[in-house]
Amino acid sequence: MSQRIPVTELTGGFRDRAEVALADGQLRTNFRTAMDSLMKKRADAFPDEEEREGLRELGNRIKARALSRLPDLLEQLEAKLTDNGVQVHWAETTEQANEIVHGIIQARQGTQVVKGKSMVSEEMEMNDYLAERGVECLESDMGEYIVQLDGEKPSHIIMPAIHKNRYQVARLFHDKLGVDETDDVNELIQIGRRTLRRKFMEADVGVSGVNFAIAETGTLLLVENEGNGRMSTTAPPVHVAVTGIEKVVENLRDVVPLLSLLTRSALGQPITTYVNLISGPRKADELDGPEEVHLVLLDNGRSGAFADAQMRQTLNCIRCGACMNHCPVYTRVGGHTYGEVYPGPIGKIVTPHMVGLHQVPDHPSASSLCGACGEVCPVKIPIPELLQRLRQENVKSPAEGPKVKDGGAKYSRKERLIWRFWRTLNSTPALYRLFLWGATRFRKLTPKHVGPWTQNHTAPVPAKRSLHDLAREHLARNGGQ
Amino acid sequence: MSELFYDAAPNATRVAPGRPKPRQYPAKPREVILFGTCVVDLFFPEAGLDAIRLLEREGIRVHFPEGQSCCGQPAWTSGYAAEAREVARVQLAILESGMPVVVPSGSCAGMFRQHYRELFAEEPDTLKRVESLAERTFELTEFLLNVCRVEWQDLGEPIRVALHTSCSARREMNTHLHARELLGKLARVERVDHDHESECCGFGGTFSVRMPEVSGAMVKDKTGSLMASGADEMVTADGGCLMNINGSLDKQQQAFRGRHLASFLWERLSGEGKA
Repeated sequence: MSQRIPVTELTGGFRDRAEVALADGQLRTNFRTAMDSLMKKRADAFPDEEEREGLRELGNRIKARALSRLPDLLEQLEAKLTDNGVQVHWAETTEQANEIVHGIIQARQGTQVVKGKSMVSEEMEMNDYLAERGVECLESDMGEYIVQLDGEKPSHIIMPAIHKNRYQVARLFHDKLGVDETDDVNELIQIGRRTLRRKFMEADVGVSGVNFAIAETGTLLLVENEGNGRMSTTAPPVHVAVTGIEKVVENLRDVVPLLSLLTRSALGQPITTYVNLISGPRKADELDGPEEVHLVLLDNGRSGAFADAQMRQTLNCIRCGACMNHCPVYTRVGGHTYGEVYPGPIGKIVTPHMVGLHQVPDHPSASSLCGACGEVCPVKIPIPELLQRLRQENVKSPAEGPKVKDGGAKYSRKERLIWRFWRTLNSTPALYRLFLWGATRFRKLTPKHVGPWTQNHTAPVPAKRSLHDLAREHLARNGGQ
Repeated sequence: MSELFYDAAPNATRVAPGRPKPRQYPAKPREVILFGTCVVDLFFPEAGLDAIRLLEREGIRVHFPEGQSCCGQPAWTSGYAAEAREVARVQLAILESGMPVVVPSGSCAGMFRQHYRELFAEEPDTLKRVESLAERTFELTEFLLNVCRVEWQDLGEPIRVALHTSCSARREMNTHLHARELLGKLARVERVDHDHESECCGFGGTFSVRMPEVSGAMVKDKTGSLMASGADEMVTADGGCLMNINGSLDKQQQAFRGRHLASFLWERLSGEGKA
């Protein structure tokens, strides 16, 4: 096992990484076991189908409404947060966002950052950016801590270390922390916690993500199960929250159904152990809490998605991860195969706006369009429909002007010609019948190897006579047409 | 909970469609069109013929318009919308008679019912014809169950079968429910569940050749769980899945096979398989 190349270090495309992942029996077992359990948890959390469907519809409408007023809501959010004493920063790119965060740390002469779980900070590659500038950034979410310790990236947006089983974590802790190897999960968690506890107290700045930013009250809502989010946002003297601009919702009333959808879809929980509502820094008469609170609002391609009525729906996402838990492709190849921050079905539709289709040309095709993702999405993002759209943008010629960032990545004159031929064949009845005649008559000449199909199958041999022939004969006999 | 269900929609753009209302089924018609599908046409023609026989058995006169070819799905799912649209336009014209259209494949029926709307979204005049086709299109098992309201006498030997439904058929057409109920009408057929039954078999049209590694892993798992189910054979109402599953079983040199549901049903009702 130790000779195998970790999926994270593989270059090449999706298919190359998938091939390695598929050959890794341990990885396959880890994902299948974990995803099966998560699917069951979600199903158990929504025992009433009608309630679930009503709630999903509501969630979709709330997000659609928020997005229809996105610029206004963001301004309102900024004004309210400022009133509450929170400093708001805007970043168009991840580079800008990193500069802002680094600037805040520098102003406090900080050298140590403790971070709650944040996918946006992964998007920014904040840990690396800060490390290069002499700032140590420690992950405090247990899963994030594990992948950081192993020099990896998260393989799932909710459970970053889900690709590892407890024995692998035990070996990692033994190798990196010098502790005795134990496969007792509680003991492993305690080992991690002891290390982290000290860091919470020493850190100069705490960084977190945001689940919902509430415009009406200027509140940042953060859910978590380990208490590390609360520690990261309250123990250090400065709290910096980073989030995407799509996380804003109108009011607290809107949050109730969204929160229920989020926690039930993600882990099957009625609610998370901690729900943090952050409304500003420590006030004069308060004993604890950070002295400064900042919010960095990141665009990173989101406004590009916003400008496209169909792709705008990608901004509905509340990052529950249910689509990946239910995806037959993700379950088999794991998160690292996608090679990007956001894996799975949702990753395939949000990533192109961030990095451009040319960087992820195979992602739209890495789906059988089975629809499991769209079926479970708590805010009803039509993921298969959007994948289809990306496939269209992907094969457009430069002259056709692809409408998604760096579209046309898969444009091929040859493939276009094949489909044109297919079109002519299937829209010219006489030609189609000639094809049927030829294919059935010369069926014995069917090649034994037909491209990638025969990797997994024997070659399909046409029948002796087509349905056209059989039906004509049968219906003539029975007096049909 | 009810206070949560306030009207969340003012100013909303692109709100997801609500839940579809249960479909209203017409009385049994005297005539129907069979849309055979390209995969059945070339690879499983007997299944198409058995579908015709099943319909005729219900006293329905079946028409098979000669000009039919493919619903357009392969190009559509590959991103070639313009090419798919031209093929779809031909089918639309051929199926225009106003008669119900019965399709022995859930994903092709789903193409007519769901995706032609997207294909012709910018052609309002065509859309009216698309709506008419969508309303008249029935997947075979759905039609036998809900329009013909079949009651059957099973003439076959006792048998255990596993049922596989294509994902689009399942999600767009509820084919798994219809097919289960039909099998339930056969006294000597026992339907057995298989592991991860609702999971995709890995076909996905061109997905199977664009991503052969992932697709291969999926069909390997699917065939494995079908064989482990204790079923004597697998039945399915979708040609694409059938080609995928049987092609993989053949490659693995397994004796286990799948069959189109139409052929299976015809054999049970006609007693022809007894020879």
